[in-house]
Amino acid sequence: MSGISTLGNRLYRGEASYNIVGKSRTWYTVSAVFLTIAILTLIFRGLNLGIEFKGGAEFTVPVKNATTQSISDARSSVKATGVTPANVTIVGGDKIRIQTETVTTTVSNKIGAALASTFAVKDADIKVQLVGPSWGSEVSKNAARALLVFLVLVALFLATYFEWSMAVAALVALAHDVLITVGIYALSGFEVTPAAVIGFLTILGYSLYDTVVVFDKVKENTKGIAGSSRMTFSEAANLALNQTLVRSLNTSIVALLPVLSILIVGVALLGAGTLNDLALALFVGMLVGAYSSIFIATPFLAFLKERTAEMQGLQKRVNAKRKNSGGTDSVSVAVVSDSLSQAGPRKQRVKKPRSSR
Amino acid sequence: MAKHYQPKRSLIYLAISIVGLIVWAFLPGRDHAPRLGLDLRGGTQVILSATAAGDKAVTSEQLGQTLSIIRARVDGFGVAESEVTTQGSGANTKIIVTIPGETDRTVVDQLKTTAVLNFRPVVASDSGSPIPTPTPSVSGKKGVKVSPKPSSEKATPAPSLPASYFEPPIQTKEVSQKFADTFAALDCDGSKILEGGKIDDPEQYLITCQKDKTEKFVLAPAALSGGDIQSAKASLPSGGAGGWQVDLTMTTAGAKKFADVTKSLYTQKAPANRFGIVLDGVVMSAPSVNEAILGGSAVISGSFTPEEAKGLAQVLKYGALPVALNVDEVQQISPTLGNDQLQAGLLAGAFGLLLVILYLIAYYRALGLVAVASLVVAALMSYVIFIILGNTIGFTMTLAGIAGAVVAIGITADSFIVYFERLRDELREGKRLRGAAAQGWERASKTILAAGFVSFLAAFVLYYLSVGSVRGFAFTLGLTTVIDVVVAFTFTRPIVNRLAENKWMNSGSSMTGVSPSRLGVTTVSEVSN
Repeated sequence: MSGISTLGNRLYRGEASYNIVGKSRTWYTVSAVFLTIAILTLIFRGLNLGIEFKGGAEFTVPVKNATTQSISDARSSVKATGVTPANVTIVGGDKIRIQTETVTTTVSNKIGAALASTFAVKDADIKVQLVGPSWGSEVSKNAARALLVFLVLVALFLATYFEWSMAVAALVALAHDVLITVGIYALSGFEVTPAAVIGFLTILGYSLYDTVVVFDKVKENTKGIAGSSRMTFSEAANLALNQTLVRSLNTSIVALLPVLSILIVGVALLGAGTLNDLALALFVGMLVGAYSSIFIATPFLAFLKERTAEMQGLQKRVNAKRKNSGGTDSVSVAVVSDSLSQAGPRKQRVKKPRSSR
Repeated sequence: MAKHYQPKRSLIYLAISIVGLIVWAFLPGRDHAPRLGLDLRGGTQVILSATAAGDKAVTSEQLGQTLSIIRARVDGFGVAESEVTTQGSGANTKIIVTIPGETDRTVVDQLKTTAVLNFRPVVASDSGSPIPTPTPSVSGKKGVKVSPKPSSEKATPAPSLPASYFEPPIQTKEVSQKFADTFAALDCDGSKILEGGKIDDPEQYLITCQKDKTEKFVLAPAALSGGDIQSAKASLPSGGAGGWQVDLTMTTAGAKKFADVTKSLYTQKAPANRFGIVLDGVVMSAPSVNEAILGGSAVISGSFTPEEAKGLAQVLKYGALPVALNVDEVQQISPTLGNDQLQAGLLAGAFGLLLVILYLIAYYRALGLVAVASLVVAALMSYVIFIILGNTIGFTMTLAGIAGAVVAIGITADSFIVYFERLRDELREGKRLRGAAAQGWERASKTILAAGFVSFLAAFVLYYLSVGSVRGFAFTLGLTTVIDVVVAFTFTRPIVNRLAENKWMNSGSSMTGVSPSRLGVTTVSEVSN
């Protein structure tokens, strides 16, 4: 622990520094690979939507020591009522879940009664969920609308509190997080339930929260930078990243701990359901969100800023100054982007006075 | 600002507010625990959407009528704390019915079935309870009050008849001796008939009670149904004699049927000159007929209060639901499963909180204890506010809501971490603890506000644009975000501010979490500078 604290100090003072912004190409490549896999899976495999989105009926019967025999029992019991079950699975070892197409309440009552007598349980102990065919599309429409409104509002807020390029960078990181999380759902075939959608939507807030904290430091470090000639925007942003690295690490761990606890307790006690669906989406999303706020949002912001005439001028001045001072270690090249191969020190000597070199 | 900052005052205000909230939450005569949602205590939740006939948009008036009829039916199930609420607006309005506990599977059918309104000629009537009230009467113009013949003795169920005889609807094709015995034995007080919601067959005879339990009736097969009524409205006749009345207009077909039935009824002796207006098997009103009504418009008068007249007009007009109801979602959860989910949710919360506390103490030491205390204050405030909101706006805690609260633990702790890291940064700059606490807050507070705002915005938008479980989650997340910011400003800040004066905290001990050596500040001169 004290190792991290000391590292925190060295990061803060620029004595230890990870050149995150400079290596942006590596992070972009990693993310591009994940994004490609996510998008391809979404297109070719699609999401495994829960009955809340497709419409249908779901019966959950408590069964002690559920076996494959119980599955075929359930199947034949439901078939006897004239409905062919689409999907019968054992959940958490002590429950059997039967999903069917959309049925009327009368038929669903019949199925419930049939299952109750097959497994010798009380009628009321069977959990029943009926979803009309139009419900799911309405839920998704609402979610999409919520997403759109939220994005517009948050873009406006970020543009006001920070500036437009920061809003764009934050939203790019956000799209990155959600796409990858949804892609993981498509890839793994986890069922997308309303709880999972809640999870996706929460990632929006969390991912931005993380990015806001980092950008706040970037804003502070780059205040009035255009008028100076000490370091480029990319370097200042990288320093901000390094200075908030310990914080980012801590907040991510602290945010992930409760989610992890929901996941573990949910799996151990309930088998499946709201808690797990939610926690899984959150767990994946927060991991990706923590990654993107460090490795995607800030490098992308630097990329956007370095294209402006103001920051290009700053680059030239910084370079000229470093050449004049004659330091050999300060002109090692860090690739910021394709269009800019710009000099920047790999080791930032921010605290050390120039005169002592 | 930092100079005039008075940590003591802020703490006192916070303590007063918390005590105030606790007193409010634990006022006698209210729930002293957060109200649990259906998924945590078991029950049935039905989400319905309404569509008007001919694909027309549902008007707010129609929706209001539908809601009051559904409410009446849900009340009829007799389950305490059942709720009928709406979400959304306009064409997307959803009606959400929640009935806690173990319920009959047929409730869904009963909910969406259109109520049946029938006009049945009275065959026999008797007192349902010892003190009878005047009976309203029907006439072509003005009403004349006609009192029923009250029978003096109170009917009690004959022991020879099994209870199943009194299960509504009590119907036969012909009036038999057994039917008559059942009628004689029926006691309206406490009878299941009044629970309503039982669909009667208009072709058969029916034994039932008046809604106010004053009378019981044997009724003939229906002469008219709700569909025969064109309009009904409550009015106060000019001069006000006789009080409020209900004006009734029949459809063309209804007018003919009504003419036929009144022609034969008005010649009869009481009680056979009366007809019962029966909604869902319960007599809403049983006026007597004074004359044959041929024109298709009638007046029901009696000593109605304005509310009674309006209620009766509403029943006549909308006895059948004004709209068709579609079942969007039905969820039935047994109380056992609900309890399991509650336990799991609470355990996840406790476990998550423990992990966060351990991490914070291990990493921030004494400062971590401040974070833990802040978390506890935030948790206490949330719990109390959940109770208050349950009592005031009917907020219910669902599993998704608990998940939201658990997730919020991490996000709340984030604020403290942002502050502590800033404080440590200031120490690294060489500031003393006192200055670092003030300066660090100056900067961290802006970040906490900005980040909290984004979180709150997400929750707010989610809440306003979604239905069902998403809302519960969004609500708790938004609320806990606000509480988090409040606690950071009114608790964490003053506590750290006070601690910065503490001798031990300035001692440099590694347990303080703010020791220069542990932070990696190498020379003492740098710190004291």
